[in-house]
Amino acid sequence: MSKDTEILEELNSSEYKYGFESNIEAESAPKGLDENIIRFISRKKNEPQWMLEWRLKAYRHWLTLEEPTWPNVKYPKIDYQNIIYYSAPKQKVSPKSLDEVDPELRETFEKLGISLDEQKRLTGVAVDAVMDSVSVATTFKDKLAKLGIIFCSFSEAVQEHPELVKKYIGSVVPVNDNYFSALNSAVFSDGSFCYIPKGVKCPMELSTYFRINAANTGQFERTLIIAEAGSYVSYLEGCTAPMRDENQLHAAVVEIYAAENAEVKYSTVQNWYPGDKDGKGGIYNFVTKRGICAGDHAKISWTQVETGSAVTWKYPSCILKGDYSVGEFYSVAVTNNWQQADTGTKMIHLGKNTRSRIVSKGVSAGHSQNSYRGLVKVNKRARNARNYSQCDSLLMGDKCGAHTFPYIETANPSAQIEHEATTSKIGEDQIFYCLQRGIDEESAVALIVNGYCKEVLNQLPMEFAVEAQKLLALTLEGSVG
Amino acid sequence: MSLTSNSIDLKQGFIRQFELFEKALNGKSLTDFHQTRKKALKAFEGLGLPDRKTENYKYTPITRSLNKKFRFDYESLGKPTISKEVVDKLLIKDLDAYNIVLINGQYSKELSSVDIELSGLEIRDFKSAYEAQPDLVGTYFAKYANFNEDPFTALNTAFSLDGTFMKVADNVVVDKPVMVYAIADANAANWAVQPRNLVIVGKNSQASIIENYISLGNEPTFTNAVSEIVLDENAYFDYYKLEMQGENAYHVGNTQVYQVRSSTFNATTISLTGSLIRNNLNVVLDDEHCEANMNGLYLLDDHQHVDNQTVVDHKKPNSLSNELYKGILGGSSTGVFNGRIYVRPNAQKTNAFQSNKNILLTDEASINAKPQLEIWADDVKCSHGATTGQLDEEQLFYLRSRGIGQQEARSLLLYAFAMDALEKVKIDVLREYIDHHINTRLNK
Repeated sequence: MSKDTEILEELNSSEYKYGFESNIEAESAPKGLDENIIRFISRKKNEPQWMLEWRLKAYRHWLTLEEPTWPNVKYPKIDYQNIIYYSAPKQKVSPKSLDEVDPELRETFEKLGISLDEQKRLTGVAVDAVMDSVSVATTFKDKLAKLGIIFCSFSEAVQEHPELVKKYIGSVVPVNDNYFSALNSAVFSDGSFCYIPKGVKCPMELSTYFRINAANTGQFERTLIIAEAGSYVSYLEGCTAPMRDENQLHAAVVEIYAAENAEVKYSTVQNWYPGDKDGKGGIYNFVTKRGICAGDHAKISWTQVETGSAVTWKYPSCILKGDYSVGEFYSVAVTNNWQQADTGTKMIHLGKNTRSRIVSKGVSAGHSQNSYRGLVKVNKRARNARNYSQCDSLLMGDKCGAHTFPYIETANPSAQIEHEATTSKIGEDQIFYCLQRGIDEESAVALIVNGYCKEVLNQLPMEFAVEAQKLLALTLEGSVG
Repeated sequence: MSLTSNSIDLKQGFIRQFELFEKALNGKSLTDFHQTRKKALKAFEGLGLPDRKTENYKYTPITRSLNKKFRFDYESLGKPTISKEVVDKLLIKDLDAYNIVLINGQYSKELSSVDIELSGLEIRDFKSAYEAQPDLVGTYFAKYANFNEDPFTALNTAFSLDGTFMKVADNVVVDKPVMVYAIADANAANWAVQPRNLVIVGKNSQASIIENYISLGNEPTFTNAVSEIVLDENAYFDYYKLEMQGENAYHVGNTQVYQVRSSTFNATTISLTGSLIRNNLNVVLDDEHCEANMNGLYLLDDHQHVDNQTVVDHKKPNSLSNELYKGILGGSSTGVFNGRIYVRPNAQKTNAFQSNKNILLTDEASINAKPQLEIWADDVKCSHGATTGQLDEEQLFYLRSRGIGQQEARSLLLYAFAMDALEKVKIDVLREYIDHHINTRLNK
């Protein structure tokens, strides 16, 4: 079908729309990584001694590790000495009001559609914006503080709530967990911190926006969310980066701690620069995300829309420790051109009557490779565990690949595990059906892809769902209206 | 001793045994055939025995189980250690078949009964087949089972000496199945048994083979079998593998199938007894309109460990593969299922389906499943499914409310669960035989 070819060509040539670079002066550490750099970062952030030691411990462990090679992705070897590990937008004094924030910075965020200006905000989303690893502004802080909610940058939390940070940091993702989390633990420069006290339902969506701006930098942010007993929070995360020819590394860690009856909903719209249509440049997105349902009846839900990054390597996981706890994972991963994604989840059932649900939808186009890799593990003591997994892949074009690597380990007879996966392309009969009813081919493809992803998109908070749909359209421009 | 040094010791042990084996061959070592053996040994040296970190053997601690000083004793091979009376008792009654008996991997002329009246059919021992027609066997031998990838295939190829050879000419429908009783003598200690089978089916021909693995006695045995099956255009082949070895038997089996245009391959693998079983079933569909159906059933108890690994490689468009593996796990048994469907970039219009269903009966049993899809073509229909669960309480209740006892109701439901795989067995006598064994087990 020539129309198909046309669409695919158009699709392959669509460009990244968030690729502008803001001309903001940044203060950086020299390139390279050694203990001095870590000391430099720690000093810059005015950190207490225990934090520095924690970082050094992670660094020393990192030195003993080797970069993992098992993911189904290929990329040139990363030179870890050729990365700037710290880059902060230059600001002498922290701003007291928004008027003092660098106007260019504000413009950047406005371009991204994130207004930092609280007055103008109607949506009621509290935003913590992180640019080049440093949190630049957090909104709605006071309002949240009245409820006892702490929502601030990670550095601020280290200064003001050291007891909380000390207690929970590394409790879900230990420093020695894996190569990239160890690296992150050693050099993380900032991130978001969120604490919801007992019984509090956070009245608004909390959101972090990440942006890599400076060249040659790696972004290593760390997010820690603590939900005390009976609390609820919905957390959003978005990311963009400028277009550059070289690859940049993004290795973040997200930790979620959910106590008894707590519920945390974590949504990500990941739109790092995916590289150009020949596969040049783009972000390496190697992220460790994990939540623990520590108490009974706790619930953690991950929703992700992955459209960006040259290489993605990410498995948001749930440790279901409390009895009756629930883990969910909803994912749409779209790859185009030469993008590679190896993503999925891990559901570790430890408590009794725990439930997990995995819905993963992959769409591959161009020359991209899209893999689902997941683990469902039912421990010996996890009586009556229940899992349902569904992994569907949609292929557009004959140069791309879709792969499924589920691991299912069951050690308890009362477990009920279901896993289903399908791979197919958009059915000609489906297109035909639409054409017959006067819907042109492009809209038909849009309709089908949207319907295909609906189950996941429905999980996103409203504001984000709109953005996610736009992103899908952008990534698959030409075939999605 | 760490696992790694253990696996190196074991590896060295096998390599030393190869030297003895080579000496015992008495100058027959200059042939092309032996060159292949040497290449395979080299490959084995490079691959080493799998350890915990070997992804393909992640759930199967086979190297640990092999730490029993298994020997491949060339000297005593070929001298049947088991009497005809004993063997006769093992044969499946009323099964009209070409019976082949392999004792410790060696063809036994006295115990086998192969009277062929059909022209175009050749069934004999692998050893004499090679000596009689080295060019023909050389064309196929070790060309399909890749010894550079799997250490056990490499090991078998290095020690390959005897087994079953079957060749069906073009346009022949074989009148009865070939029944191979591969008996390991576990009365003497620690035999390493490495039968090598080769099946060649010509154009428009039809045949079937049954491999029945048995062990006698209670000493540990290690069977490492390789079967290569090559199907020409329009060939139709049924393959049955029956595993009924003793509780000290360790088994690794590699079955490599190669198919060309419009050929059909049906496999049924049934694992009943044996301490540790690892089955690799690899099917390459190297032409259009091929069909491969693979069924499996494993019924585990005690400390049994069964690992079924299948790879279906769709290389060309318009082929179909279908896979169904079912498992019932009791005692503290472990089951592993690892299925991989591979669709190459130009294999458009491929339909590939895979399903794995397990029932866990006890708290100690466990199952690890790894159903994988690797799809490089877009116009395909592929799916896989894996479930793990237990007997449905409602079904049990239904039966019990109609006056059927707990035990009987359970057996009935489990039997129904196993039926899917069992009904694929087309030979009535064989099906009844397996059926009998399953029923005995379920009613235990």
